[in-house]
Amino acid sequence: MKEQLEKIKEEALKQIEASDALDRLNEIRVAYLGKKGELTNVLKSMKNVAPEDRPKVGQMVNEVREIIETRLEESKNSLAKKVREEQMKKEVIDVTLPAKKQNMGHSHPNTIALEEVERIFIGMGYEVVEGPEVEYDRYNFEKLNIPKGHPARDEQDTFYINENILLRSQTSPVQVRTMEKKKLPIRIIAPGRVFRSDEVDATHSPSFHQIEGLVIDKNITFSDLKGTLAEFAKELFGEDTKVKFRPHHFPFTEPSAEVDVSCFKCGGKGCRFCKGSGWIEILGCGMVHPHVLEMCNIDPEEYSGFAFGVGLERIALLKYEIDDMRLLYENDIRFLKQF
Amino acid sequence: MNTALSWIKAYVPDLDCTAQEYTDAMTLTGTKVEGYERLDKNLEKIVVGQIEKIEKHPDADKLIICQVNIGNETIQIVTGAPNVKEGDKVPVVLDGGKVAGGHDGGPLPEDGIRIKKGKLRGVESCGMMCSIEELGSDRNMYPDAPESGIYILPEDTEVGADAVEVLGLHDVVFEYEITSNRVDCYSVIGIAREAAATFRKPFCPPVVKETGNQEDVHDYLQVEVEDQDLCPRYCARMVKNIKLAPSPEWMQRRLAASGIRPINNLVDITNYVMEEYGQPMHAYDYDLLAGHKIVVKRAKDGDTFQTLDGQERKLDSQVLMICDGEREVGIAGIMGGENSKITDDVKTMVFESACFDGTNIRLSAKRVGLRTDASGKFEKGLDPNNAKEAIDRACQLIEELGAGEVVGGIVDVYPEVRTEKRVPFDAEKINQLLGTDIPEEDMIRYFETLELKYDRDKKEVVVPTFRQDLVRMADLAEEVARFFGYDNIPTSLPSGEATTGKLSEKLRVEELARKIAEFGGFSQSMTYSFESPKVFDKLLIPADDKLRMAVQISNPLGEDFSIMRTVPLNGMLTSLSTNYNRRNKDVRLYELANIYLPKALPLTELPDERMQMVFGMYGKDCDFFVMKGVVEEFFEKAGMRKKTHYNPECAHPYLHPGRKADIVYDGTVVGYLGEIHPDVADNYRIGEKVYVAVLDMPAVEKFVDFDRKYTGIAKYPAVTRDISMVVPKKIMVGQIEDVIEQRGGKILESYELFDIYEGAQIMAGHKSVAYSITFRAADHTLEDKEVGSVMEKILHGLKELGIELRA
Repeated sequence: MKEQLEKIKEEALKQIEASDALDRLNEIRVAYLGKKGELTNVLKSMKNVAPEDRPKVGQMVNEVREIIETRLEESKNSLAKKVREEQMKKEVIDVTLPAKKQNMGHSHPNTIALEEVERIFIGMGYEVVEGPEVEYDRYNFEKLNIPKGHPARDEQDTFYINENILLRSQTSPVQVRTMEKKKLPIRIIAPGRVFRSDEVDATHSPSFHQIEGLVIDKNITFSDLKGTLAEFAKELFGEDTKVKFRPHHFPFTEPSAEVDVSCFKCGGKGCRFCKGSGWIEILGCGMVHPHVLEMCNIDPEEYSGFAFGVGLERIALLKYEIDDMRLLYENDIRFLKQF
Repeated sequence: MNTALSWIKAYVPDLDCTAQEYTDAMTLTGTKVEGYERLDKNLEKIVVGQIEKIEKHPDADKLIICQVNIGNETIQIVTGAPNVKEGDKVPVVLDGGKVAGGHDGGPLPEDGIRIKKGKLRGVESCGMMCSIEELGSDRNMYPDAPESGIYILPEDTEVGADAVEVLGLHDVVFEYEITSNRVDCYSVIGIAREAAATFRKPFCPPVVKETGNQEDVHDYLQVEVEDQDLCPRYCARMVKNIKLAPSPEWMQRRLAASGIRPINNLVDITNYVMEEYGQPMHAYDYDLLAGHKIVVKRAKDGDTFQTLDGQERKLDSQVLMICDGEREVGIAGIMGGENSKITDDVKTMVFESACFDGTNIRLSAKRVGLRTDASGKFEKGLDPNNAKEAIDRACQLIEELGAGEVVGGIVDVYPEVRTEKRVPFDAEKINQLLGTDIPEEDMIRYFETLELKYDRDKKEVVVPTFRQDLVRMADLAEEVARFFGYDNIPTSLPSGEATTGKLSEKLRVEELARKIAEFGGFSQSMTYSFESPKVFDKLLIPADDKLRMAVQISNPLGEDFSIMRTVPLNGMLTSLSTNYNRRNKDVRLYELANIYLPKALPLTELPDERMQMVFGMYGKDCDFFVMKGVVEEFFEKAGMRKKTHYNPECAHPYLHPGRKADIVYDGTVVGYLGEIHPDVADNYRIGEKVYVAVLDMPAVEKFVDFDRKYTGIAKYPAVTRDISMVVPKKIMVGQIEDVIEQRGGKILESYELFDIYEGAQIMAGHKSVAYSITFRAADHTLEDKEVGSVMEKILHGLKELGIELRA
């Protein structure tokens, strides 16, 4: 009996050793361990063994079974590993082949610049609002302290539809419209398209964009205006940006200022971007003129505020180093794809 | 406005700063310096020399050898200049020195020209005698310079002195940008006043003395102002026994530095005072004034008038004229007439110094088509009190320069005298507005340096009439801020009630639309809102179409920019055409473009501005259904979950008649899409199929819903049934889907078109369409019976459309 088991074992292991495919291993399992397998046959012939020897023989059979099973498992694992390795060898790719892209579109540089500005002011609690582009004269001029006959509204600069209706030459009428709604306090920015009668060239366009800002509340000061715009300039152009306020004149603010930022290209040393001055003019601003507040039925004794206006294209051209404004309205895909 | 620093210093004698310091300081107090030009730039080692001896050059006919005394020594200089003689005093640049330019007066080199000792045809030359052009100037500024040759200095010039100093070229010319509110600063005196205040130095304006002989101008001249609304003040004085001559050098140079060419003493004095006081003046030949009378009145419509430049001008009843007893002699504030102009024979003249209505002058100048230096000043609205001071100053200069005999007295028509204004002052309120803590006394000191007096009893600032811009407290606050220094004002952020930062709902929807478009490969374009009316023809829009009703600009930049767009496609097609013709392949663009729809024409109220989301594309993987996909993707993300319908029965003449549809959502047309009509594509020179979609954003916005609610993920299994149908060709799959949706009941989960086929195997006039329909119940496993009865209903509905199941 013992010799018989030993022989079965030897034979099985030899066959396992020689097999080179998973199918073959399965056949061996069936041949030795299956229902009609050789080892099973040995167990079936136990009835011929003396009862006192049966436990011993059973144990021997189990030992052989275990050995065969273990060896089968080992062989199976190593074969599987081999197969996997070969498969992976076949699957080697050239990782430098071109990428398959979604070819997503690109935002216009004006929009990217605008979103930057909006992000900054939304963070400071400003609501983004809009106003009409075809506008009444009284909103574009009269209520902004620019009565009929004022040199600032010289017909040469403004496109008129008729005596009372025009293409807005600035986003400032949104100030008036917002104040007239009289929900105080006000903190808004108003981006939008404006129109001026300038011939098209590298730095001029008859249609461009501004972003208007307006804050009206009790106790708003010029120092609040300075602080707000300094914060804005740092966010937009970098932490080290310095801001310079120069006195200026706008009919609808008093005091008024123009704001320069230290050149973000050269840091203020002077370069071709800032034409050697170290400063770049970016916006106009001031404290809302008390007469403008009065015309909007806001009491200047109780409320004060500030307003500012930024040229969007100016920021986009500066930030993205675009040297010709016409590119913004040509929409050549080779231009747009760079943003 | 350009002015030499030396002129400013004449009134601020203690001013001592570099050009850059001046530029920075003036700009920070509000008188913006745009730039400056140093007149002595690149002038080095230039002294006064005297020519002691001239000999002929042995080897060159055109050269001479000069021995030139330069003070401490005599040097030899070889020159080709024809105009020098022994004894002449001349500017000499020494060995190693620099001059600004060449003798030909061409553009000045940036770094000047270095002069070195050398030999000319074998003879040593140790320097160079200079022409005025080599000194960087010209004969406008130095009319006594020869047309070509060396500049000869006056005989009394000290030999060896700094020639640049002698010529008055150690000077800087500043260019200012004056804001429109500071009319007073369009004058040297105004700027000098600001400079004095900026540098805290005494301000010493010219002292105007009494002038004139014992006679009375009223015995010579009569002035009537008929239209006083346009002429608040008219001053006239007279000069007789006029002696025309060149004006003195100092006056010529100041004028030349300001960009004004010196002519003769009379003209120069007029221009000098215009610069100095900002007050334009005019001179008439007294002997040419009929009736020795001046009448100021409006012209008549249709009148014509010859101005002193010889041009015939058309007048109208709003143009103010200066007339004599019989006829017009000048357009008030703009230009004098040919008929009364001063000639070299003038003996007696009338000086006019008036104040005209600024707006009227501006509009008249524009209508007449003549904008002059004078009208440019008048149109800003001048101070009538300045008129008399300026004319007296001019008469003073006439006497000082010996240009004539000033007649005593002044004719002054000034019915409503403008007086000083008083503005209440409250230091605390100013500090409140500025966010500062400036002591009251400091503020008062700022005012006083600006010649604003302070009435302590009434707590009022007394504002002289030349500061017409100071009206109320906020204006005073700006004066305080300017001289306290904008830089010194602290920074803070607004306190007070917190507000929510956000985008408006409209902008939020637009932002989403942009995101989806970009995800779909579309890049953002921007085009002008105004375009040519020819666009309608290009887009095949019929002559009577409502879309042709457009807002028209009354003063456009040209026909191409003359109407506000009513269709947003021209910009898109133009952009696509630009790309196509530049051989850019596979282009996808989108634009958020306003259209402007007038409610009625002519416009009495604002047009309806409707934002349109426009998609356009050509090239690889472009077809109608890709475009449709972009639209639906957007709707889905915008929370528009109902089924979108497409109606091919729509207008849009610019679209391919068989490939177009209105986009209908919840019964509302929210846009359209389709292939661009091949004729239109031809018009735009695009040689590929172009697909567009346009969404009317205000319509879309009504359906947008950013709210989201979770519904449970299905637990029970789905049942799927496939149906294959033979469908009459004219039936659109949309109609099949409508039937499935209407009859599918609660258990209908989804359906999918998986095959559509037209061809030989299918009955003529029919197509084969196959759908896979999925059913599911939320609360139980569906039984065959349930699904079967729903399928029955669907098939019944399809049958009504003439659809049969495929055998």
